[in-house]
Formats: sequence, C-alpha cells, structure tokens
Amino acid sequence: MSMTAIKFVPLWTDVLIYLLVAVIVAFVLYARKREHLRSQWRQVARSRMGMASLVVLLVYVAVGLLDSVHFREAVERNGDNAEVHYSAEVLSVLDVVLTPLRERVEKTYSAPFATHLYAKEMMELPDGSSVRDYPRLDYGGAHLVNPAADRGADILATATQAALQAAAMLLVLFMLVSGVLARKNKLGFATSMGRVLRGRTELPWHIMLLTFGVLLILGMLAAHLGVKYHVFGTDKVGQDVLYQVLKSIRTGLVIGTLTTLVMLPFAVLLGIMAGYFRGWVDDVIQYTYTTLSSIPGVLLIAAMVLTLQVYVETHPELFDTIAHRADMRLLFLCIILGITSWTGLCRLLRGEVMKLREVDYIQSATAFGVGHFKIIGRHLLPNVMHIVLISVVLDFSGLVLAEAVLSYVGVGVDPTMNSWGNMINAARLEMAREPIVWWSLTAAFIFMFTLVLSANLFSDAVRDAFDPRLRKQ
Amino acid sequence: MLAYIVRRMLYAIPILIGVNLLTFLLFFVVNTPDNMARMQLGMKHVTPEAIANWKRERGYDKPLLFNSAAPGVEKFSDTIFVEKSLALFAFEFGQADDGRDIAYDIKQRMLPSLALAVPVLLIGLLVNITFAMLVAVFRATYVDLWGVILCVILMSISSLFYIIGGQYLIGKVLQLVPISGYDGGIDAFKFVILPVIIGVIGGIGSGTRWYRTIFLEEIGKDYVRTAWAKGLTERKVLFKHVLKNAMIPILTGVVVVLPLLFMGSLVIESFFGIPGLGSYTIDAINSQDFAIVRAMVFLGSVLYIIGLILTDISYTLVDPRVRLA
Amino acid sequence: MNDILLSVRDLRTWFDSSRGPIRAVDGISFDVRRGETFALLGESGCGKSMTALSLMQLLPPQAAGNVSGEVILDGQDLLALPELAMRDVRGNRIAMIFQEPMSSLNPVLTVGEQIGETLRRHKKMSGAAARTRVLELLDAVGIPDRQRRCDEYPHQLSGGMKQRVMIAIALAGEPELLIADEPTTALDVTIQAQILDLLQQLQQDTGMAILLITHDLGVVAGMADHVAVMYAGHIVEQAARADFFARPLHPYSQKLFASLPGRAKRGHALAVIEGSVPSLAQEFRACRFAARCEFAWDSCRAQAPRWLTPEGEHGVRCHLYDPAITAPEQVLKAQAAAETHKPPQPGSGGTLIHVDRLKVHFPIHKGLFKRVAGHVRAVDGVSLELQRGRTVALVGESGCGKTTAGKAILQLIRPTAGSVRYGNLELTALSGGALRAHRRDLQIIFQDPYSSMNPRMMVGDIIEEGMLAQRVGGAAAGRGQRIDALLTQVGLAPEAKHRYPHEFSGGQRQRICIARALAVEPKVIVCDEPTSALDVSVQAQILNLLKGLQDDLGLSYLFITHNMSVVEYLAHNVAVMYLGRIVEQGTVEDVLQNPKHPYTQALLSAVPNVDEQTKREVIRLEGDMPSPVNPPPGCHFHPRCPHVRPECRKQYPRYTTLSETHQVNCFLYGQGSER
Repeated sequence: MSMTAIKFVPLWTDVLIYLLVAVIVAFVLYARKREHLRSQWRQVARSRMGMASLVVLLVYVAVGLLDSVHFREAVERNGDNAEVHYSAEVLSVLDVVLTPLRERVEKTYSAPFATHLYAKEMMELPDGSSVRDYPRLDYGGAHLVNPAADRGADILATATQAALQAAAMLLVLFMLVSGVLARKNKLGFATSMGRVLRGRTELPWHIMLLTFGVLLILGMLAAHLGVKYHVFGTDKVGQDVLYQVLKSIRTGLVIGTLTTLVMLPFAVLLGIMAGYFRGWVDDVIQYTYTTLSSIPGVLLIAAMVLTLQVYVETHPELFDTIAHRADMRLLFLCIILGITSWTGLCRLLRGEVMKLREVDYIQSATAFGVGHFKIIGRHLLPNVMHIVLISVVLDFSGLVLAEAVLSYVGVGVDPTMNSWGNMINAARLEMAREPIVWWSLTAAFIFMFTLVLSANLFSDAVRDAFDPRLRKQ
Repeated sequence: MLAYIVRRMLYAIPILIGVNLLTFLLFFVVNTPDNMARMQLGMKHVTPEAIANWKRERGYDKPLLFNSAAPGVEKFSDTIFVEKSLALFAFEFGQADDGRDIAYDIKQRMLPSLALAVPVLLIGLLVNITFAMLVAVFRATYVDLWGVILCVILMSISSLFYIIGGQYLIGKVLQLVPISGYDGGIDAFKFVILPVIIGVIGGIGSGTRWYRTIFLEEIGKDYVRTAWAKGLTERKVLFKHVLKNAMIPILTGVVVVLPLLFMGSLVIESFFGIPGLGSYTIDAINSQDFAIVRAMVFLGSVLYIIGLILTDISYTLVDPRVRLA
Repeated sequence: MNDILLSVRDLRTWFDSSRGPIRAVDGISFDVRRGETFALLGESGCGKSMTALSLMQLLPPQAAGNVSGEVILDGQDLLALPELAMRDVRGNRIAMIFQEPMSSLNPVLTVGEQIGETLRRHKKMSGAAARTRVLELLDAVGIPDRQRRCDEYPHQLSGGMKQRVMIAIALAGEPELLIADEPTTALDVTIQAQILDLLQQLQQDTGMAILLITHDLGVVAGMADHVAVMYAGHIVEQAARADFFARPLHPYSQKLFASLPGRAKRGHALAVIEGSVPSLAQEFRACRFAARCEFAWDSCRAQAPRWLTPEGEHGVRCHLYDPAITAPEQVLKAQAAAETHKPPQPGSGGTLIHVDRLKVHFPIHKGLFKRVAGHVRAVDGVSLELQRGRTVALVGESGCGKTTAGKAILQLIRPTAGSVRYGNLELTALSGGALRAHRRDLQIIFQDPYSSMNPRMMVGDIIEEGMLAQRVGGAAAGRGQRIDALLTQVGLAPEAKHRYPHEFSGGQRQRICIARALAVEPKVIVCDEPTSALDVSVQAQILNLLKGLQDDLGLSYLFITHNMSVVEYLAHNVAVMYLGRIVEQGTVEDVLQNPKHPYTQALLSAVPNVDEQTKREVIRLEGDMPSPVNPPPGCHFHPRCPHVRPECRKQYPRYTTLSETHQVNCFLYGQGSER
C-alpha cells in the first residue's frame, strides 16, 4: 500500500471550520490597521489569565484542526489498470499522528497504566491446564518481562526522559521569544531574557510560556508513556481512552463554534432590523423569537433531532460512509442548536439598536440622507459588534457543556462519534461495577473541564476589555 | 392591571398557535405517521399492514388537514391537525404509544418534580445571594478575586459530573442516602435530599457570579454614595439600599422560571430515578414517543408565557417605578 | 473666638492608574468660616468634586485611601479618623448634596424613609417623633403637600423637588457644614433660582457653612462670601467675593470673565483660552497654566509660582504679582489690548424657512387593545420664520419641546401637523428620495459632542459621509482636498482626518461636527444646544467659530438653547417656548430688553448675573412646568403666573402684536388676534 494513494474527503464540518479560520485570519488582518479594534484586543492581550487560557485554547484548536483534515486511503489494488478502491474508513491527520494509540486495541477494560486486563478470563497455561486469572494486555506494558517488579521503574524512567525533553524544548522556546523581543525592542539578549522571566514585557510572556510549558510536559509525558501504556486505560471494547478524549476535542470545538456561526446571521440581522425599522418588521421578528424561545430548549432540540433521526434512518442511501453520516448529524445538531439559541442575542441586539438609533450620530447620518442599509452597515453593525463578540465567547463554553447533556438525553451527536458526552454516557452505565471503572469519566472530565475553564476565563478577559460598562470602572 | 393581564393573555394566543403549527410541522409533515410507525415497529421487516394497524390504533390514519371522506364540518375536524394538534389547546394530550393517558401521567408526575425543583430553587437562591453578598462586601480584595475564580471553576464543571460525583461520594462511598428511587409522602425527603444538594451546588458558580455582578452594579450607583454620605453603616448601606434594589432583577429573574418548575429538571430526575416530568420527557425522547414530546412542548410553552406575564406583574410589585399600562 | 470651621491644608488626592498616579487634587489649602458660603470655582476636570469627596472620604475605589494633608473640622483632623468614627461625621457634622438629584436618591425607598434614616442614625429619633421631624424638614425645604410627598417615591417627584429632598436629608443631621457639589447644574434656570434661594435662606436660619462647588460664575456671584478658583488640581486664586469680581488677578480668572458671552460683547469675538487643561498624570514643575497663558514668559515655564497675597486677603498664584520676579515689558502691555471683531451684520436676505403651526404629538397607548389614550404634545403649534444669514434663538427650559421642534423642522421627526416651507418647498410633504435630496441644505449640530460621532469611524470618513450621500465634492481626490479645507476652516489641522473621535477633546469634537455639517454646503444649520456640554472657555471658541462662519458663508442658524447670555451674544431674533408653544417672539432687543410675557420676565430674572450693578429682582416662579400630556386649560402658564387673570384659565391667549417685530401671547396685552 503506497502512502500517496489517498483521497481527501472534506466533511461538511471540515469545510466550515476552515472557513471560520479564514474569517478569523481575515479579521485579524483587518483589525491590525484599525486602532479602535486593536486597543481593545491589546487589553485582552495584557490580561494574564486571558493569555494563559488562550494558550490552552490554541492547543485544543490545533488538535481540532489536525482532526479536521479527512481522507480515505486506497485499498490495495490488483493489477495496474484496476480501478482504485478506497477504504470505507475515513481517517484524519490526527488519526495518523495517533496511529500507535488508535491501533493498539485491547480486549476490553483496563485501568490506566495497567499491564493486565480489568476482568478475569479463563486462560490456557502452556501445560494444558486452564486457570481463571487477569490476562496480560496485548499492548499495554507488553515490553515488560516482569510487570509487577519493573513497571514503576519503567514509568519513572520514561517520564523523566519525557520531562527532560519537554524542558529542553521549553528552554529553546524561551530563548526564541526573548530573542525576538530583543530585536523588536532593540535590547540586549540577556536583558530581554530577564524581562521575559520577570514578566516585564508588554504581553505576559512568562505566564504564556509557563502555561505552554505545563502543557508541553503533559504532552510529552503522554507521548512517551502513551506508546508503552494506556495512560487513561481502555474502554469496554479495549480502545485507548486517551485516543478517545483527543478525538472528542474536535466534536466539542465544532459544537461550540459552528453553532454560533449558524446563529449569528439570524441574530445579528434580525436583531438590528427589529430595533432599527421598528413597526411591523419589529412585530414579526419579535413574534418569531418569542415563539421559538417559548418552547423549552431541550424539547425543541429533541423534537428536531428526533425528526432528523427518522429522516436519516429512512434515507440511508444518502451517506457514503459512517463518518459522513455522523458528520451530517453533527452539522445538523449545530444548526438546530443555532436555531434555538439565536433568540437571546437577537433580543439583546434589538434593545441596543433601539437605543443607538436615537443617538446623535445616527440622526446626523439621517440628516445627510444616508440610506437605511448604509446606516445599518456603517454605523449600527460596528457599534454592536462588541455585544456579538462577548456573546459568542460566552456561548462557547455553554455549548460544549450542552453537548454532554444532550448526548446523555439521547439527542446529541451520533453514538458512533467520539465525544465527551458519549464517553460520560457510556461510563455512567459502568458506575455500578466493582471495582469502579473510573478512568473514562476522569479523562473526559479533565479534558472537558480544561477546555471549558479556559474558555470561560478567556471570555472574562474579552468581556472586561469590550464591555463599555465594565471599562468605566 | 386586569386589562393588562387580559391583554397579555390575548397576546399569548398567536404565540401558542405558532408553537402548535411548528410542532405539527415537525411531527406530522416532515415526519409522516408512516415514518413514526416504521421507527416504532423496527426498521426492517415491517409489513404495510402492521403500519396501517399501528396508525389506526393511535388515530394517525386520518388525513393531515382535509378529510374529503368525512361529511360536513368533519371534513376539517376529523383530521390529524384538529384531533392531535389543536386538541392541545384544550389540554387533551391523548395517549402515549404504550396506551397510557398522557394527561393523567402528567398530573401524577408533577408533584415529584416540584418536590425536587422548588427546594433547589429556594435553597439555591438563598445560598447564592449569601455568597454574592459576601463577595460584594469584600469587593476589590483578594477574597473577591478568588471568589470569582472559584465561581468560574464551578461553572466549568458539567452538571453531569456534579451528579455522578455526588452520587458516588454521598450515595456509594458514604452510603448516607439511597442513590436513586422515589417514594411519596414523608419518605420523599430521603430520596430528594441528595438531588437537591447536587442541584444547588451545580448552580452556585453561575448564580453567585451573576448576583455579584448585579450587586456591584448597584453599589456603583449614585444613591449608594448618598447613603454613605449620610454616615450609614456598611450593613445598612448593603442590606437596606443595595440589596433592596438588587432584588428587583433577581426576583423577576426567578419569577420567569417559576412556572417552568413544573417541567422538572431533565437530567437530575432521570439520574436519580425520580418519577417527575423531567424523567418522563427523557424516557419519551429515548423511546421516541412523539405524542408525549408534543404534549410537553406545548405545556412548556404555556408555562413559559405564564412566566413572562408573572414577571411583568412582579415588576409592579417590587419596583415602585413600574406601572402597568 | 475661632470662627474658622473647616481648615484644609495641603490636601492631595490621587488616582492609581496603569501609567502612574493621576493627581486630581494637588496640594490645596483653604479655610471655611462658620456661617459663610465658600465657593470652589473651576471647569470640569479641575479637581473640585474630588476635593469634596476627599473631605467626606467618599472617594471612588481607584482613589480610596490615596489622600494626604490635613482636613481640620473644628480642631479635629478628619483624615486621621478611622472609618468608623468618620461615619459619625458624615451626614451629622458634614452633609453633602450632589449634582444629579435624579440618581442620587434610592428609587425603591420612600422620601420619608430616606430622610428618616439620617434621623435614626444621628439623632436617635424614631416612630412618630421622626415622622414629625421629617414633615418639618420637608416644610423647611419648601415641599408643598408634605404629608403625601413623604410617602411617595423619588420618581414621583420633579428634578427640583428631588434636590429639595436631598437638601432635607442633608439638613436632618443639622450639619455644621454643607457641601453642595454643583447643586443646580442639572436643573433649569428658574428651578436653580428656587434652590439657590432656599440654600441661602436655610443658611440664615441654621447658621451652617456651605462649601459650594460650581463652574458657574453667576452662581458664585449670587451666593458666595469667599471664592477659590481651581485649575488643574490647584487653587490659583482666592479672595472675598467682592474683591474677586471687582478685580480678578490670575490670568485664568480674567479669561473666564472675558469668555462669558453676553450682550455687551455682541459683534466682538469672545476671549478664548487656547489649548486644554494639562494632563494630571505629570508632576508639575512650572506654572500649570503657562501653556495657555498669553502673558507667559520664561519664568512661567521654568518654575512654579508661589502663593502670593498682593492685596490683603486676596491671594493668587502667578509670577505677575511676584515682586521677586520681574515680568518683561511687552507682557505688561499685552494686558490692555482686546481683540475686536469685524462688525458686519449681513442684512436679511428674505425668508428661508417658514414654519407654520407645527405640531408633534406622540401618542400614548393604553388599555386592553392599546388604544391611543392621549398625546404627549411635545410641540403644539409653533410658528416661526428664519431669514437668510440670520440667527433665530429658540429658548426654553428642558421639556418645553424646543429640541423636538428643531428635529421636526429638519424632518428627523415627522411632524403630526403644520407646515415647514423651505423656499417654495413643503418639506412635510416630501418623503424618501425626494426628501433625501434636499437634506443637503438643512443640517444639524448636536449638544453632546461625545455621542454625535460614530466612535468607530475616522474623522475624515465622518466628514466624508455626508459628501458621499449628497454627491458633493466630486471624486475622491476632490473630497480629500475639501476635507482638509474644512478642517482648517474650523481650526483643526488637516492631519486630524486620520484620527478617531475619542482622541479629541469636547471642544475639538464640536469643531469636527461643525465641519461635518459644513461639508454639504448647507444653507441652514439647526444648532441644538451646541455649547451646553462645554466649559465656558471652550464655549467661547465654538461661539466665535459659529459667528465667523455665519459672517463668511451667510448661514442661517436656528439656535436652540437655554442659555440667555449665549442668546444675547449671538441671536438676531428670539422665540421663547413654554410647554410646546411659543409665548413670545421678537428681535433680541425686543425680547431680552423689554420682555412682556410673565414667563419671559421670570426666565430672564432667574439667570444668575456676574455683574453686580445690574442685579435684577428675581421673580420667583412657583412649582414646575406641567406635563405636556395634559397641559393646563387656558394659558399653559397660568398656574405659575404672578399676574394671572380669570380669562387666563379659560382660553389660550391669541397673538398680540406689540410692534412690527414683537409678538406675545398674553391677555395682559389685549385679546390679540389669529395670525
């Protein structure tokens, strides 16, 4: 099988994610030239808590982006002229990176760093007799001859090696940052290093490096230990839990971002129009969002997802692969969440625009005979963007949390898809086992908590910088 | 006042019609009764007879909007739209897929839902206001800073973990209370206490932070400066002046959710096996029982609208500036 | 006996900021004697309010604790007191009233409760005794119907009433010192006269001292015994009132007087103080005023002036009066010369805008189906004419409908009835594109320079917007040149176009707004209180600019204002509005020198005057302006009118023509006629 024979199969969500990335990059380029946009972002950039959480978020995003380039490998072909067939399995770049984790599948549950399976099995001994005991794992700690005696030392040695490597990488990074800053500020290299260390730089580089350092050490530990052991254990079908939580990152990010992307046009356009035009336009828009928001959110989502589910199951021919089907469901979940969640922002914007339209500069534009849509585009939209931004970052963490609950309720992402909600849901059913299977839950908790916490802290920093009411204090 | 309430009720009608049409669209047009039957009976090996049978048993065999076979007015009334959708207005919810009367089940399950939701709301309110007040007293100190960070940390934990963690710790390790189940009467207490504690703790983060923002906003206002200028004590300023004003947004925020308490809390109820409306809804979703989901959607909307009206009325009660017109 | 009540020595207060301390109050010293009124005069940002808050130790969080110096009240240093002991001083020995009576009262507590609280705290009164005392206090501050008012909430009271309640709260502790921080700035001039009167009378009755903080020279003239002028965190001059008004010593004080508009200065340019107040983030080593002072020479920029007392108690901080420093010759000469302005008064070029019986009614919805239950008659039949190259001032107190009238003339608010003719064009009949095409000739300048420009657009784009919409100025290059020319015309550098509004001060922003209006070459500009948000020295700059532009370009202004001295300085014709209608109109001479309507007379008499000789007897108006929802039957003014007659209660008076240019609606001058 040659490595070149692959076919890229961009999923719908992949396309949208990269579109979103492009929009963000374009915005950054646009904002660089505009002082009023830059000054507020600069305030975000000065916040220690905000930048530390941004580093964490960026690492998550990097994993998510790697997991958003999908392709299918060619299956071995017979003869030169034969048609190329592609595997039914859709892989992502992340899958390739994580091949050691992905392919080392045990029989069933095993605890973190275990060398033996969780459950006893009948085993045939070389002498023909059979005993009931915990069998060795096929992969986890398979390199150890005498696991009971060697495991501790092996883990320690591997961990030390990983930590040292991480420290070395961090040192290089620290010097790199100091060097760049030295050139930019025209300082000596040593002075610059001192400043970075003591946090005397404009951006809190020391905090950012520290955060990244912690992540780097954890990452290196996982990389080194992960190929020898199952760091977070394995699940019911023996799959590595670390692999699952990493794959779940993309699901969480997609729900958190694409949902907002879906709802923004509705919320922004309708909210501004309702507030600006008033009259019957306002009545219709108000009616629409009152009606939608009067239905309890979970029920509306459930109703729509159930409907969708029926549709998908009655039309199996529409989807090439399982991945496509799961992806379509994810996308529709985002759309459905978007439909149910735009009302809050819309109402907020309507109120703000109603205040703004009486402000003098809008009156002045009217006095110049500027057209309605120019007023909306030039005056109203830029002056409500801070509300949009704040609500986008605030919504993100709520949506990641919502995914877990929805999956529990049974109207979340496709059961075949890796997601924290599915992991929790599966692990919950095993709560009654003795001894308890705690590792799936713990892993999902750690990864989800880290993402949501950093998103919350980051959104606090953004809000402090952009909310005019908070800025006054 | 009365005229206002009547007018708000009248406004509610088009909204409920909208909700009704939306559910009709979702449950009968996008998803035909045929599809429903196929889902219920299993996707494969379904005979057309079985489907027709299933539909007839549940009254889904009629046309959607217009019944040309029926005589007179029944051309319109003997249809799915009228019998299944419009009937909701009369609170005729019909039967679930397993043949039980939905209206009866809802009545039965309201009490357990309330037994859980009301204490969570009240205790949560008390705890959150206390914490927020405490943080506000120490505003602009490290207590405030770390209080907020703690709130953010608490907010960042999924409610599922609160439930699983609480169940494990209190129910399984300490074995203080039963992990799940429910009993009527006074026994309900021991089943409800754990979910109540978890519900309250789960809400502390966001609640405290939200109330803290309200308190701080009030503390920054001019009238508070006047109160200080009078030489009042900190206790008087905070509890008499600030709290009284802050209670306006807090109370009205509570009032809007009051009616929705009847709907119960989805996740907690189902985790703890409390036979309330929340777990009823979840069970219905899991068994894809559209009749129940439809009934709950409509009920939820009605309660939400009642909540909105109550909010407006409560404003006039707590805020002397607001008069209904 | 020691008659000094409060002695402030070297008081310093600073804010913490990321760029180091901001020295809001930078070493000030003054004494307040028992029973006297001491005025602290200064423009916005000079640190006068921070001084008051420092005395009370009510500083905002960023400045809390950042106070040094001595504040000695009757032998006791307040700054040395712990917070708990300070609470016994606040509201008891020192009371304070604030600028914004609207927001300074707790909206959810009744008036009686808020006054009673002070009694409970400091006088240990409660129950019936407290209630009786509250009623006494309400009576003392002149609140009618006190039994009912006592149980009402603040929102049920008018602005003037609220300030009276604030005063009652302050009086409850029977303080030795009352700090009044701009107590009348948010109030209308007739209400201001009432409140100032009340304060003076209370001072006589109780013998308390008043520390009056204000920016208004007129208020100082009427109230103060001693005056201290603050500039950039510093006291630059201090004197007894009579001395100060007779001969202000500091160049800054002199400029403040010179920049006041008024009748005497018609046809002349007002004196202006160039530049702006220096940043308080720096440590001053020289004179703070040097950069803006026209007498400044090397010494002023090199060393800080000492506190000098050239004339007895009259102190000043300026090198001009320092015997140790000799000023160069030319500086002393410069003091005499005053700039004169070219006097041409462009003659009337015929009627440009004719407004006839203009009405703007806002419907009030009520009841089950939101029927229209009534109307807010904001503008209720206004007729006026605006001539080419002339200025008509529309004068009235807040809520009289003058701004609504201005916007309705421009069709920014569509009128309910009446006509607005511009040339031969009926503006009320136009809509959509047709109206848009004519917007070019009619422009507006707003009151608040902070909200009148989109904060997210550059100044150049802001000015260009109207040109694009009206297709003025040709291609991009032409427009660019025109923007440069406009900015130069209003006294700004062309480079300003690449900057954002927030980088400019209030006065500069107002200049940009003027440039924006000029960009489309309008014929008429509605100026909606364009200077009332500005300090008096900046106001002078803007008035000079507007005047100059009128002379050069032949613009017509509809000048909406409540400031009589601005009217005297700038306007040709005046129309006085009361409750949606014009009660008197005529030329400036007609209306201001020879006011006929009792309301106009009262309004003019209430304006505080800096000129001691021409002090007029203040005609006190009772009560407040009624609501425009249901104006009183008959003449709208009759409930407050000192000359009310029986017929005033029955029907609204018609026009009486007193002279060719002077009309009034009042039965005192005959039955009148329909126009």
